[in-house]
Parts: sequence; structure tokens; C-alpha cells
Amino acid sequence: MNESLLRELVPAVIGVLVRRGADFAAAEDAVQDALVEAVRGWPDDAPRDPKGWLVTVAWRKFLDAVRADTSRRRREELVEAEPLPNPVEAVDDTLQLYFLCAHPSLTPASAVALTLRAVGGLTTRQIAQAYLVPEATMAQRISRAKRTVSGVRFDQPGDVATVLRVLYLVFNEGYSGDVDLSAEAIRLTRQLAAKTNHEEVAGLLALMLLHHARRPARTGPDGRLVPLAEQDRSLWNSQLISEGVEILQTALARDRLGEFQAQAAIAALHADAQTAEETDWVQIVEWYDELVRLTDSPVARLNRAVAVGEADGPRAGLAALAKLDPTLPRHAAVAAYLHERDGDPVTAARLYVQAARSAPNLPERDHLTRQAARLNAQLRS
Amino acid sequence: MAKYLLLKHYRGAPAPVNDVPMDQWTPEEVSAHVQYMRDFAARLEGTGEFVDGQALSPEGTFVRYDGEGRPPVTDGPFAETKDLIAGWMVIDVETYERAVELAGELSAAPGAGGKPIHEWLEVRPFYAEQPTATE
Repeated sequence: MNESLLRELVPAVIGVLVRRGADFAAAEDAVQDALVEAVRGWPDDAPRDPKGWLVTVAWRKFLDAVRADTSRRRREELVEAEPLPNPVEAVDDTLQLYFLCAHPSLTPASAVALTLRAVGGLTTRQIAQAYLVPEATMAQRISRAKRTVSGVRFDQPGDVATVLRVLYLVFNEGYSGDVDLSAEAIRLTRQLAAKTNHEEVAGLLALMLLHHARRPARTGPDGRLVPLAEQDRSLWNSQLISEGVEILQTALARDRLGEFQAQAAIAALHADAQTAEETDWVQIVEWYDELVRLTDSPVARLNRAVAVGEADGPRAGLAALAKLDPTLPRHAAVAAYLHERDGDPVTAARLYVQAARSAPNLPERDHLTRQAARLNAQLRS
Repeated sequence: MAKYLLLKHYRGAPAPVNDVPMDQWTPEEVSAHVQYMRDFAARLEGTGEFVDGQALSPEGTFVRYDGEGRPPVTDGPFAETKDLIAGWMVIDVETYERAVELAGELSAAPGAGGKPIHEWLEVRPFYAEQPTATE
């Protein structure tokens, strides 16, 4: 019994408990308890019917919790309502769980945590490790999130866009601890894509696959960041790329463009270039124009300035950059890059130092420092 | 076992022996330094002495309470602030001597010219838990 198979069962089991009359918060707790027991016991003694086992154990956990509860009346009602032993219905509530866990009333961090637990079937400990917080903190975050959505009806349709934002957040967290959050985000997005017929779900899945395909080339053996232009493209996962491109093409054919499809299109154009020099920057600029139109995002405008710099030369890139707020994250790094291409290493080195100072993470800081060091060494010689 | 904080400063510590700003090193020297820090942490995990390590961005802000119903006052970053912490490592070791030994090794991280930086690190003991048996 592998753990990912076990985790796939979690949302359906929560659904069974909810349909039997448990509220979402209690059902989710009971399934988590059953999951922890399964993770402990199954490696030695896996049941023949894993889902049936989970339903039985989770329902028992739920009843135990209710019995421990002070409300006598509620206990009696529920024990009366205890169903006949044909527990596993065919209805799939997974989609409803996605909506509930990404409910707009939740903060992004809460929605992420709740999604990973109730839809992803991760234990609180695994989620805490992945986000580098104490387990008790994560447990509190999850239980507060559940209180927040306690009034939401389980059968209400939700908004796919909020679910996609949550999954995208999970994907971008990368991996630390023993859970690969990018891979987990892909699994959850695949599952969502199989249950919906939504072009932006497909767009996000394509985007994730195309980025994931490049991951082996993105860091050097010493953990250093390797920029796109310098990546060893033979390390890219061609299978993931062709899958991503195919999913994207099917989505684009429906002619309902959204931000994830546009981003995936940009990633696909990068993936399509055998060498950095062959990159079709003119088309990439066009897709950034679409992305800016769809999102009006300053980050998209910043990336567009880089693409313009490649398509029309560094001066054009700097002109595009000049229209943007200089306090934008990574503005100095983009400016440094364009100034170097424009033949001004002195300004570029100064900007790289400035960019390193405000870098959002260590690999980026080290990379930017190395760029400044490289230019300064050139200037000395 | 006792816990110690090894504190690294952007500013505020006495000047290191090999005092050249990082952007004046060669890119290879920057890489060698980063690698040394990673290896050091990995080795302490191996010996069961590593607790935590974090690096801080130099961009910070001072904040203080400004009275009932008012938003907090923020100020900074101050270019002239004397003390600016760059990061820390928490270790859990048998003795104070071991803490000093490890801080010495960390301070030997290579810098410009591939030579040790000899930077000053601050070693601060954590307050221990109150013992259960007091007599």
C-alpha cells in the first residue's frame, strides 16, 4: 500500500462521513485520525479494502468524538442515524471539498493548509514540516480554518478561480521536508482537471507541468540557481513538456483565454527552444501583452520588460521598465540585466548589489551577488 | 546539552581580518563560500548538534506602539544602524568549549582570495530550562 494511493482516498472518505450526517470539521478530524492510524499500521498489515477500512475506522473515530462530547442529545440522534453497513457510496464529493477548502472567506495560508489536509490527505505533521512551522501551529491554523468554513453548506458550488490560486500557491512552495509540494500540487490539479471541464484548470496544469519539467536544470549540483538561458536543456523532462503542451493546446483551442493559459503559453515557448538563442521572444512578448491585459499585474509587466529587451533590444526593455514602479520586487535585478546587455557594466554591477540586498530568498541573493562579482572582476581586469 | 546561538552580523561586529565586500570577490569565491556554509550545516546535522539556521534580509524596519487607536509607527531602514544581524545558527552541544570551537570553524569560511574571512561571530548561550530536581 503506497502512501499516495492512501491519500487519494481521503476526500472521498470525508464525503462519506459528511453524507452520513457528520459536519465537515468533525468528519475531517475523524478521517485525519484514521489516516494517522493507517500510516502507522498499514505498512505491516494493509487491509484488502483500503477505502472500506478508512470509512469504518473514521466513522468509529467520529462516534468516539461525539460520545466524548458533552451534548447527550446530539449523541443519541447520531447513534440512531447510524447507517446500515453498506458504507461506500459511489458519489464523489472531492470537487466540493476543493471548493470548501479554498473558500473565499479563508486566508491564502489557511486555504493552502486545509486543502493539503482534507483534499491532499497529508498529515498535519507533514504540512507543518513542509512550511517550516511547528506542528501545533499548523494544527491551530487548520482548526481555525475549519471554524471559518463551518457555516458553509457542503453542496454549494464554488469558484474554480479561488481553487486554482490555492493550488498555484502550493506549487510555488517547492519542496522541503519529506513532501514535494510541487508534485503534490500537480497531483491535486490533475485530479481537479479530471473532474472539471475548465480551460483554466487545464491551463494551470499545463503551466505546472512545463515548469516542473525544467526543475532538474534549475539548480546546480551545489544548490545554486541556474538562470533559464544557462540551463542544460537536455536535463529538461521532455515527457512532461509534451504532456503540458498537449494539454495547453486543447485548452487554447476552446478560445477562452485566461491568465494560466497565457502563462503556460509563455512556458511552452521557452520549452520549445532547443537553445536559449532560438527562443521566440517576439511571440513571448505577445503573450505577455495578453497576460497584462488579463491580469493588469505589475509582475507580468516586469517580465514583459525582460522579454521586450530580448525581442527589441535592451534599450526598448529599459524603456518598458522605466514605466514601472521601481519598488517592485526584482525591479533592480531586471534593470541590472538590461543595463549589462546595453553595455553598461558599471551601472549593472551597482544594481546587482542593490538587487541582492532586497532578494526574496537565499539562492537568488547568492546568484545576484555572483553576478555583481562577475562584473566587478571584469571591470578590474 | 546546551543550546547556543551563533550570530552573524552584516554590521556591528568588529571588522574581520579578510574584510572585502562579497561583490568584490570572484564568482567562484562566492560559490565556495556558499558551499562551505551548506557543508557546515550538513555536518552539524550529521553530528546531532544542529538545531536551526536562518538568514535575514538586510532590509528591515523599526516599529513601535503609538498609543490606543493609532497605527504603529514605523521607521527605517536606517543606513547608519550600528548593529545589523545577518543570520544565525542554533546549535545544541555538550559544552561551551564545543560551541566556541564550532563558531571558530564557521568563521573560517572562505572569502576573497579563497582565504578565511576570520569574521567575528557572536556566541550567546540560551537560558536553560529550570531543572526538575533543584537540590
